[in-house]
Amino acid sequence: MTGGSTTGDDGATAPSTGLQEKRQGWPLWEVFVRSSRGLSHVHAGSLHAPDADMAVRNARDLYTRRNEGVSLWVVPSSSIITSDPDAKEQFFESPQGKDYRHATYYTKSEGVKHL
Amino acid sequence: MSESNASATRITPGNALRPEDIAASDARPTADVAEYALWLGDDSLILAQRLGWWISRAPELEEDVALANIGLDLLGHARSFLTYAGHASGRTEDDLAYFRREPEFRSAHLFEQPNGDFARTIARQFVVSHYQWELYSHLVHSSDATLAAIAAKAVKEVDYHRDHSAQWILRLALGTDESRRRMEAGLKLTWPYVGELFTDYAPVDALGDAAVRPSSLQAAFDAAVGTALSEAELEVPSVPQAVGGGRQGRHSEHLGYILAEMQVLAREHPGASW
Repeated sequence: MTGGSTTGDDGATAPSTGLQEKRQGWPLWEVFVRSSRGLSHVHAGSLHAPDADMAVRNARDLYTRRNEGVSLWVVPSSSIITSDPDAKEQFFESPQGKDYRHATYYTKSEGVKHL
Repeated sequence: MSESNASATRITPGNALRPEDIAASDARPTADVAEYALWLGDDSLILAQRLGWWISRAPELEEDVALANIGLDLLGHARSFLTYAGHASGRTEDDLAYFRREPEFRSAHLFEQPNGDFARTIARQFVVSHYQWELYSHLVHSSDATLAAIAAKAVKEVDYHRDHSAQWILRLALGTDESRRRMEAGLKLTWPYVGELFTDYAPVDALGDAAVRPSSLQAAFDAAVGTALSEAELEVPSVPQAVGGGRQGRHSEHLGYILAEMQVLAREHPGASW
């Protein structure tokens, strides 16, 4: 179980100590928990597991022990493609000032009831 | 206590039965049923104590939590069985867990076996959870409503323990040469204590439909365990059986040390709570 790292199981770089070498055998997985029917799966955290079958079991043991969930997804962290943290401006600032993309921007027509 | 907690007999398999519910219920076991509940409770209590040792020591943090969860499940079952057993003699679960002497414990020898390495712990858990799953699957039909209700809660948890250990047996047996060697050694060290689990005792026979005859579980256990082991390309170890005697209070040298650690706080500070 670690924080937000998504570097996962590439294992490509850096000479390492024995402990780190062992770690490379257990890839990182991201865990998504659905708390009840009708809601979507929400990212809960990550964990290490040797394979997919054990990952979903570890997720059960780590993230649902207080009755949090009715369904689990695990995804290899290496399969998740993230947006570039350095590209926030290009990616996320464009909607600012475009209020007309919100329904509340528009005034209701007089003839429309029950809206 | 709300009305739904008034009697353990109201609990359906769909509801989690808590030891507190049993403590508050007025269901009283006969002396024989209490003795049987003690066997089942002591098995789980001693193994829970054993598994607790792994906390902070498991090969990985994730496995640390998994073994702790299994231990806590077992402790929950033990609390329910001991609470019910104590009803017959006016004793609480704590009286039974902390203030009995070694010869008064009724656990089978398998449960007090040392943890050894991870593979040996998994081997012991594999046997225990398959045995308990067969046992509780039948005990849900017990004529004793409280025993049936405890089993109904426990069987689902034990089902997961079964899966957990089987998954590890697959990975250790089919992993590296070293992991396979350790898995085979763990099974071999565990197997002498299997026979005691399926040995019949006159007091259980006398309970009729309230209890489950140990010998009646053996065929299903052998089949399930044989299948799981063959998937891992392992064989049931062919080893002589140990003498047993746990149900009569005759234990190996291991139990005394377990009890010393488990009971010291309650005995040094009677009535302590937090």
